Amino acid sequence: MIELLGKQFFQLALIAALLVGLCAPAVGTFIVQRRLALLGDGIGHVALTGVALGFLTGTAPVLTAVAVAVIGAVAIELVRARGRTSGDVALALLFYGGIAGGVMLMGIAPGGSNAKLNSYLFGAIASVTTEDIWIIGALAVAVIAVVVIFGRELFVLCQDEEMARASGLPVRFLSLLIAVTAALTVVIAMRVVGLLLVSALMVIPVATGQQLTRGFRSTMTLAMLFGVVAAVGGLLASTLSARVPPGAAIVLLALCGFVLALGVGKFVRRGRPQESTVSERSSMRVEEVIR
Amino acid sequence: MSGTGETAFAMTGGRVSLDRRDILRGIDLTVRPGEVVALMGANGSGKSTLVRALLGLTPLSGGQTLLYGSPPAKFREWWRIGYVPQRLAVGGGVPATVREVVTSGRVARQSRLRRTSPADKAAAASALEAVGLADRAGDPVQSLSGGQQQRVLIARALAGEPDTYVMDEPTAGVDADTQQLLADTLATLVLNGKTIVLVAHELGPLEPLITRGVVVREGRIAHDGRPPRPEGDCARPGHEHVHPHAAEATAGPLSGWRGEP
Repeated sequence: MIELLGKQFFQLALIAALLVGLCAPAVGTFIVQRRLALLGDGIGHVALTGVALGFLTGTAPVLTAVAVAVIGAVAIELVRARGRTSGDVALALLFYGGIAGGVMLMGIAPGGSNAKLNSYLFGAIASVTTEDIWIIGALAVAVIAVVVIFGRELFVLCQDEEMARASGLPVRFLSLLIAVTAALTVVIAMRVVGLLLVSALMVIPVATGQQLTRGFRSTMTLAMLFGVVAAVGGLLASTLSARVPPGAAIVLLALCGFVLALGVGKFVRRGRPQESTVSERSSMRVEEVIR
Repeated sequence: MSGTGETAFAMTGGRVSLDRRDILRGIDLTVRPGEVVALMGANGSGKSTLVRALLGLTPLSGGQTLLYGSPPAKFREWWRIGYVPQRLAVGGGVPATVREVVTSGRVARQSRLRRTSPADKAAAASALEAVGLADRAGDPVQSLSGGQQQRVLIARALAGEPDTYVMDEPTAGVDADTQQLLADTLATLVLNGKTIVLVAHELGPLEPLITRGVVVREGRIAHDGRPPRPEGDCARPGHEHVHPHAAEATAGPLSGWRGEP
């Protein structure tokens, strides 16, 4: 493993894993709270067409994926905001169109092959190039900046959209912002876990974190920690044998963490007051003072 | 700030239709600063829609409504409004602590690039103190009872230190203790000259605070004037509507509550 650290492909893979581990759960916390846990999946489907467009036109697939994913995210948000019953079907059309379009264009594209298609569907972290890392890094900076600058407003929006409106927040802008940020995250995660598993890193660490925490901020922090551990851990696991696909290893590791947290969370919660009673209240007060 | 002739809310000919059904059919309602207005009416009378329309949360299909002189879309001083919805929405299951939710009531006063300031934290802390939830600040709101969640909503509005409070059924499904606490809290707000518009099915302990009753029936205002109240001192003309609990409130659970900065 030490000798691996000296190899450039491994260094690049490690950086990619770290960035994905940080970004996906950070955005995921807002998305889960907004009841859009599968948004990442939808964007992932659409992004495949973007990847194929890159091969077809000879541009970097990551860049065309960004463009198409953002357009797809905006479209999904617009359909959601209208809240029509047919919105469901409209979204489904968008998703299947994205996958079918991607597979079709990839077939036509001169450099396209099933192996390439697979590497985007299920991730190919070992083939990450320096150029990829620059793009992924820039996207990660953008994603974290959004979380830091707009976090307070996004918290209100995801908690209660009507409250956000009554607080004078730019609800439409923030909704588009969170959708576009999710699209950027999908592209970051695409090379690591693949478009079909992108959503896993946005949702599972959050689900894991919330078993153990009481607050929104602490859930997000813990989710980011779990995300990094799963991403790096899965990558390391894949170095043990060439037969272990890193994307699947990362997601399965995250799932193991979730199951573990489920058990630990039950244990932790037993010692935590659910309803206020007099004796519990006084003990809470002591805790407050200590804090 | 509240110059003569300023209105907190002014709706003229307000109409709302949802799915081709008329919910509000021409509402004229003006609320001046310092008024304590109770919107009353049977279920389905349109009173909840009316408060939402006053805030611009439900768009009008006819007429117009103004918030401190501006239509909702152009209104910029949202920190002046503290909205208390009927229920606490907890989103998709990510926990949020009581403190996080209450502090979010400051969002209209905060600027994007600044961190949460000591003033924000102090306002949230005294709001929590005022509703008696200071000891639950670190608990997830999801773990609180219905009455306690109602207190969180009120604390969130208090934390924003608005001029006008808009409350949708703050007394519904709430235990007697919380109702009394709400009455005490409102009494202090009234003493500080705040404007209050609340939707209520029954007024309970809030009754002595109300200066004006508006009854909505089938989307129209059926009564606008003196609040319906039983006989006794409160019914006397010239009664100053000082709540009997106002005095003890200053020493009671509201002692931690500081007025406007």
